Amino acid sequence: MTDIVDVDSPLPGVFFRRPASDKPPFVETGDTVEAGQTLGLIEIMKQFASLNSPVAGTVVEILVEDGANLDPGTVVVKVRPSDG
Amino acid sequence: MAEPVTVLVANRGEIAVRVVRAVRELGHVAAVVVSDADRDSLAARLADQVVVLPGTASKDTYLDGAAVVAAALGVGASAIHPGYGFLSENAEFARSVVAAGLVWVGPSPDVIAVMGDKATALQQARAAGVPTVPGSDGVVPDVVTATAVAETIGFPVAIKAAAGGGGRGIRVVDSAAELAAQWDVTAAEALGAFGDGRLYLEKFIRRARHVEVQVFGDGHRFVHLHDRDCSLQRRHQKLVEEGPAPGLPDATRADLHESARRLAAEIGYVGAGTVEYLYDAEADSFHFIEMNTRIQVEHPVTEELLGVDLVQEQLAVALGAPLSFDQEDLVPRGHVLELRINAENPLMSFFPSPGTLTALTWPSGPGVRVDPGVTAGDTISPYYDSMIGKLVVRAADRAGAIARARRALAELELAGVQSTAGFVGAALADPVFGAAEHHTKHLEEQLDVLVAGLSSSSGGPGWSVAEPASERTVDA
Repeated sequence: MTDIVDVDSPLPGVFFRRPASDKPPFVETGDTVEAGQTLGLIEIMKQFASLNSPVAGTVVEILVEDGANLDPGTVVVKVRPSDG
Repeated sequence: MAEPVTVLVANRGEIAVRVVRAVRELGHVAAVVVSDADRDSLAARLADQVVVLPGTASKDTYLDGAAVVAAALGVGASAIHPGYGFLSENAEFARSVVAAGLVWVGPSPDVIAVMGDKATALQQARAAGVPTVPGSDGVVPDVVTATAVAETIGFPVAIKAAAGGGGRGIRVVDSAAELAAQWDVTAAEALGAFGDGRLYLEKFIRRARHVEVQVFGDGHRFVHLHDRDCSLQRRHQKLVEEGPAPGLPDATRADLHESARRLAAEIGYVGAGTVEYLYDAEADSFHFIEMNTRIQVEHPVTEELLGVDLVQEQLAVALGAPLSFDQEDLVPRGHVLELRINAENPLMSFFPSPGTLTALTWPSGPGVRVDPGVTAGDTISPYYDSMIGKLVVRAADRAGAIARARRALAELELAGVQSTAGFVGAALADPVFGAAEHHTKHLEEQLDVLVAGLSSSSGGPGWSVAEPASERTVDA
């Protein structure tokens, strides 16, 4: 049993779950993700950073709503690593 | 001195600080509107009155015209100064300010609307005899006509899609043979990309400088306030501005100034405006790009060059005073440089670097002016622009101004966020800039060289810059 990984935001900004308002979310709960895969975007001063999964695994929980403000350290997504 | 009135500053950051200071110097009362995130900002601390608009997003605060007008009426303001960006060139907002019985510090809403539209602005420029970029008169029907037009205006020319924009749908050709070879394929691509295959031609200026002329009018008298050069830019973001523009022949400079003044007069301009041009150094010709109907970030270059206060003048003229200077009063004194110090990381594609400024000590000494947006201990929030402040230096000549700017930058102490200071220093030390042989693409072309000497930064585990792949775009 591997510990669930908390993916926290390294940056302050506004969190977006979708690449565009008319597009599906990057990930949903239950999705399998690769290490480095985009989990969401963080908008900072009209530019965007991609929040990436540190591990391969399964998305267990998404804790931040689309369009919500983030502080550094806010846990955004929980991922259960696939092996180890 | 005029009867004291309250002026509402509808902006944030360094320009809000700048306008609050001018309002107070004139003996008036300075009010600011701020978002929740800016309630303790330097502008709010310096203002006489503060109205907090709930929320942090620009669209809920600084871009909410109705809320801004309501705030102005709430504090009994007589006038609204919009600064730059946000609502400053929004003709509808300007109309709503006037309709509320308030003084709008800027040109009339109709003038904002006319100069804000690319097509009508070009018409006005042509009517005033201002040179525009040579090209076809609208859409070109076929390659034979295109070749004739191209030979009249001279190669290189840009083939542009009528439905294109933002740099898409453009192909540059250097000869009639190349034009013939590219015409059909460009039309097909335009049809595929925009659903419209119509094309037009424009002279392509390979190595342009960005030169602009400050103008001022009171509706009766119109003056130019000489020129600025903003060619050191990255992706259309200016990093260093200077005045006068280096290396312009006297006759060209005089023509440039007069064309801008004529345009201001032609449209009955009121307040501060800037006419922007592309300057083709090889051909020694200049071409109108657009007019900005507001104060600009780089206005201190002109203020220091000429010894005027453009923001005070804006306020005085808006409140009914005639222009305080005549054309012959405006004589350049030496050379001025402005450096933009932004919270951005040059080593990560200039990605914003919000955070708390744990240290911020500006340089001082002869010929140094600072227009700050924040002080030490303040936080650069992630919601708005990244400007920390502007450093402006003046010296007897250009070489002296560059030396002074580098000296001042070396004295700047800044910690807590990444900044553009080191990169700006490298750009100033670049011999191509020193010789004034740069153009608007120079910084981008030299980026790798210029960032090579900068110390590495803390990077970012767990995130990466999502540009330009991100499809998301932001309002305003």
